Amino acid sequence: MSLHDRSIAELAGSLARGEFSSVELTRHFLARIDSLNPALNALITVTADRALADAAVADQRRVAGESGPLLGIPLIHKDIFCTDGVRTSCGSRMLDNFVAPYDATVVGRLKSAGAVMLGKANMDEFAMGSSNETSFYGPVHNPWELDKVPGGSSGGSAAAVAARLAPLATGTDTGGSIRQPAALTGVTGIKPTYGRVSRYGMIAFASSLDQAGIFARTAADAAPVLAAIAGFDPRDSTCVDAPVPDYVQGLAAPLTGLRIGLVKEFLDGLEPRNGALIGAALDVFRELGAVTTTVSLPNLPLSVPTYYVVAPAECSSNLSRFDGVRFGYRCANPRDITDLYERSRGEGFGAEVKRRIMTGTYVLSAGYFDAYYLKAQKVRQLITDEFRAAFERVDLLLGPTTPTPAFAIGAKIDDPVTMYLNDIYTIGANLAGLPAVSAPCGFIDGLPMGVQLIGPHFAEGRLLNAVHRYQLATDWHRHAAPGCA
Amino acid sequence: MSLTSRDVEKIAHLARLGITDPEKPVYAASLSKIVEFVDQLARADTGAVAPMAHPLAGQTQRLRADAVTETDCHERCQRDAPAVQAGLYLVPKVIE
Repeated sequence: MSLHDRSIAELAGSLARGEFSSVELTRHFLARIDSLNPALNALITVTADRALADAAVADQRRVAGESGPLLGIPLIHKDIFCTDGVRTSCGSRMLDNFVAPYDATVVGRLKSAGAVMLGKANMDEFAMGSSNETSFYGPVHNPWELDKVPGGSSGGSAAAVAARLAPLATGTDTGGSIRQPAALTGVTGIKPTYGRVSRYGMIAFASSLDQAGIFARTAADAAPVLAAIAGFDPRDSTCVDAPVPDYVQGLAAPLTGLRIGLVKEFLDGLEPRNGALIGAALDVFRELGAVTTTVSLPNLPLSVPTYYVVAPAECSSNLSRFDGVRFGYRCANPRDITDLYERSRGEGFGAEVKRRIMTGTYVLSAGYFDAYYLKAQKVRQLITDEFRAAFERVDLLLGPTTPTPAFAIGAKIDDPVTMYLNDIYTIGANLAGLPAVSAPCGFIDGLPMGVQLIGPHFAEGRLLNAVHRYQLATDWHRHAAPGCA
Repeated sequence: MSLTSRDVEKIAHLARLGITDPEKPVYAASLSKIVEFVDQLARADTGAVAPMAHPLAGQTQRLRADAVTETDCHERCQRDAPAVQAGLYLVPKVIE
């Protein structure tokens, strides 16, 4: 089996036995990036020299007696995570020249665990998008069909793992930005509970929704990465101080008696072929011992409009820090300070980011705050209460991740509301701060689709366990995109 | 509710976003669509529900000791600043 087809556990085992070094493994993936990335545009920056140096350090650490599931394992970081001494662009012209002066906690923890960064993944500008078409660095192409989008906003991370440019990639999920691209590229993506993973050094979009997570081919590969990045960080005031369970140890538990609720609102109007895939996934879980039922969350259909008030409001506030003064883009020859602000921001931000900032500014402005922002936060509470009630009856909720498979580049970019509806099944979990995962569950027209599982707060272990058992019983996650085997 | 180019101008100014004249009607159209879309929230019965303050119930903002934990890093942080002189950020003259 090629190096890039092996699981994290297999790679770690081979490294431990000295079958190959981290430097050799890193060279293998860098060569794949060289040959495959030009057609995919999944990476904004390739850090080859640094990767080889870090791999050599990992090899030395091993010689010195260290071990660990991620020691010497290559990965790619979404370009939203600050990386000390490496450009951190967030997919924006605004930060095209920004070299981060420190590491995000996620980056630092993975570095300590010995993981080797190969580069920084392309993404929708400031994580605002569902197709990776809003990036200043151009769209990412879906490895399954190059004229299709990979989803977004973590489209580069998803495409990179799908094309086996790295076994792992980090991502962030504010409204579906890990799960939706994972589904559309045929990989596994987990968004942890809000506050489970530190947001320190992760460029903020909507601070009450943002959460860091992981792309991998399987739940078993993702488990040790989540174990490495989860847990308390005093540098993020919303990071929760709660013990981190052993996610790897928990993978194998049987699913006997697991109560899975099929979300009724997700099935209303679901495209029949998508519905058949979800039904088949549910059958697999039943065969594995789960008991299934249908649950209703009547206000869930309001999650997209709720999100498109809350997220832009928070973004308009967060992105006010980009002022052309302290870092980032500055316009040429500003006439005065107002001109400096307006032109630096007008020229530095792309169209979708400007649209979101203006939407947020509008809903927060005098006379509209109660009708939009306050109302949305009330509906958000209703949706959260409905999830809480559902989790008194079931252990996990199940539904589709996306309404359709990957669509053509350019097909939806001119109509923001149509684009926003791509996230109709994923946004609920963000509003309620819940952990959720997408796993490959079949194909429509030759393109991968995902099944989504949502859990109660801090049920990441249960989600990874359920997906792992599902992946032992199915082989959807083993399919490789054409030309990427 | 429909937004006009005049509304866009006002919002863009509040957000300190430079928008060109040809962009104004384009943003007016797309923002109108978004506002129309989120207007459906009005039909939700939120009665006595309090607006959500935190995604995790019972979480409160944590406090830390009032102690210096960071070292002076202004040189590193100003490395990529657009214009710096003597450790200060330069901007166009603000007071005439």
